[in-house]
Amino acid sequence: MRRLWLIVLLGIVFGWSSAGVGESIKLTVTARAVRGGVNSALVQWLEDMVFPAFIQWMKEQGKDVQVEFIQFGGSDEALKQQYALDLKVGKGADILGFDGFWIPEFDAAGLVKPLDEIVGLQVWDWEGWAYIPQGMREILGYKGKVYGLPLGTDVRVIFYRRDIFEKAGIIPPGSGLRWQPRSWKELLDTARYIKKVLPDVIPLQINAGTEMGEATTMQGWFMVLLGTGIHMYDFESGKWYGEHPGILDALNFYKIVYVDEGLGDARLQLIPGARARTFEFFRDGKIAMLVEGDWFWRSVLAPGSEWAIPNRNEVVDWAMMPAKEPGAGYRGQNFVTISGGTGFILNPNTPYPNEAWALLSFAFSREMQLAFQSIQPRIRSRTDVPVVGDPVMSEMAKALLPYTTVRPMLPGYPQISYQAQLMTERVVSGLMTPEEAMAAYADALAELVGTENVIRKR
Amino acid sequence: MERPRLYLMRERTFSILPRSIGLAFLTPAVLFISIFLLFPLVWVIVISFTNTALTGPGAANPSFVGIANYAKLFIPTRWLRPGEFGNALRNTLLFVLGSAILGQVPLGLSIALAFHRRKGLLRELVFSAATIAWILPGVAVAFAWIAFLDRDFGTLNTILGFLGIPRIDWYFSYPLYAIIFFNIWRGTAFSMLLFSAALGNIPPSFWETADVLGASAWQRFRTIIFPLIRPSVFTALILVTLWTFNVFTPYLITGGGPLFRSETIPMYTYRIAFKFFEFGRGAAIAVLMMTINFVLATIYLFMQKRRRII
Repeated sequence: MRRLWLIVLLGIVFGWSSAGVGESIKLTVTARAVRGGVNSALVQWLEDMVFPAFIQWMKEQGKDVQVEFIQFGGSDEALKQQYALDLKVGKGADILGFDGFWIPEFDAAGLVKPLDEIVGLQVWDWEGWAYIPQGMREILGYKGKVYGLPLGTDVRVIFYRRDIFEKAGIIPPGSGLRWQPRSWKELLDTARYIKKVLPDVIPLQINAGTEMGEATTMQGWFMVLLGTGIHMYDFESGKWYGEHPGILDALNFYKIVYVDEGLGDARLQLIPGARARTFEFFRDGKIAMLVEGDWFWRSVLAPGSEWAIPNRNEVVDWAMMPAKEPGAGYRGQNFVTISGGTGFILNPNTPYPNEAWALLSFAFSREMQLAFQSIQPRIRSRTDVPVVGDPVMSEMAKALLPYTTVRPMLPGYPQISYQAQLMTERVVSGLMTPEEAMAAYADALAELVGTENVIRKR
Repeated sequence: MERPRLYLMRERTFSILPRSIGLAFLTPAVLFISIFLLFPLVWVIVISFTNTALTGPGAANPSFVGIANYAKLFIPTRWLRPGEFGNALRNTLLFVLGSAILGQVPLGLSIALAFHRRKGLLRELVFSAATIAWILPGVAVAFAWIAFLDRDFGTLNTILGFLGIPRIDWYFSYPLYAIIFFNIWRGTAFSMLLFSAALGNIPPSFWETADVLGASAWQRFRTIIFPLIRPSVFTALILVTLWTFNVFTPYLITGGGPLFRSETIPMYTYRIAFKFFEFGRGAAIAVLMMTINFVLATIYLFMQKRRRII
């Protein structure tokens, strides 16, 4: 009996330890992407183009490598949660699809590491670096270190339904004219007009609330706040805006849209799965204007996606988000936008850092990036990969990149971002007045970063 | 004639096994409980006094913060605000009161009484339906309830629509009622089965006597049923309260929202610990929750003991 136990025990111990020896190398990649669902093109690109070519390339070098993409269908917040838990226990896929603004927070906890620490200094021998400018490297970078390769950057605009605008008589049908508001008043007047003429349509959705997560901060709060002339963070003094007339103006904008005049549907912001529902409503022509990132155009509404609009190019158009008044925006701008970016990082726990880097850099070779461009044109991170095949994307990039700004890359940012989401939630639900919500936000900020780092200017 | 031998059995020292073997049998259980229950318990209490986190600055160098995590839960100016601890506590109390004390237990008792000393298809149908609702996996059940009560594509609203009643947004307008209703549906089976068994244990002669004396239904309930099933009523109340206090399935339906209006303490703990990754603060809430559970369990055990003496 005792011998039997010993054999079982030895079997377990050796079975485990020998699992990695003498077999082919297996790399795993994960990201928020599902074939036929969210970010479908990413799966298509990796599984149909990158992986077969990479396996072939490795074979030519005498290496037997297997690659698997693990699809993740949950929200960005759920993916982040999964990563934090995986990385903490030393697990997870070898290559992780990552949002740039998570890096400082994960780095402070020691959960992620720069590329040259995981792989070694030879990462800098890669030919691709010559084509990835500094600004792009900073998307998945922190404190001068580079953690991964970004798929590209993005901008945010107002997407509107041309068919609804034509039906409402704002754009004469067949005229080819485009709509572009120059101030908040013009934007709100358009919404008011749609509400009057087409009462069944929700005129304007601008993200608010905690359910939408970072989508509220980026597509909602920043887009309004930047129009008042301030950012969430003062890069010069290194302090956060807690109380400011700009914050109050921005909150009042929300109040007009969701509470006072019902130009938007607050319920749609607060229900579980709010973002997917919003996409659904826009697809079905129930929302006239929606502030979103270019991802919405190139991925959400694109052919093959769950929310695809077959005649997207005819019925969907875009306009720049105006500042409160012309010239009143951030840095004195007439229009505002903000950029972020996602990409792929290496898992510091990967047993195969060299092979994982080989795969990552292979996917970001010019050839593979051009292949991706053929199925989803966008602003790519390599300067030798132009935006081709989608004039809308290139036009958006050209118009808005000069206006863009970024989030502060600080470990405390995600918590502050949550507080901003909460502040908008309190206003759009009618729970607090803008003044009360701002005071609560400033108090929460003071608790997070210290009173001395909060600007209170009423 | 031989004098009969007198066996003296001293209850206190009687044992089937020698002491040493008894201890040996006990050791694995004690070890298991220590490793998987006692150690984590102590660990949770320890980290509830630190600012341990999974991400961000608190993760690399956690430090001792005293009772700050506890104090933060009770800041008087805002602890009842949506999203704060007081709000979650209030929701939890309403949830327990509505779904356990006023819902599951009386409903379970009513069903058991209605079908007492009866057989037939209807009884089997009702008992099976209630039991199935109880044993189905939480995720499947949650999904079914979203499909049932949703405003835009929900079954209930579609039916109401045919009757000309306007669509009602149950999860948005009445989130707490919705999860109370859900939980009554989900958990009534336990009380029902418990009371059904308790009623079955009442000797038939009691009913016969009652029949002979011509007792009314209310008299039977007051003089026969209630006194005899009182222990079961108590068991059901305490156990169902304990479970309801800790139940997490409603999270899968409302996510605690909208505006934290259906957020109970387990959801609040989950949000702080596993969405914000603030393990220290999450642990502090968990300790408070354990204390409440501990008090409830103590009352239960104490009453059980007293009952045995009677």
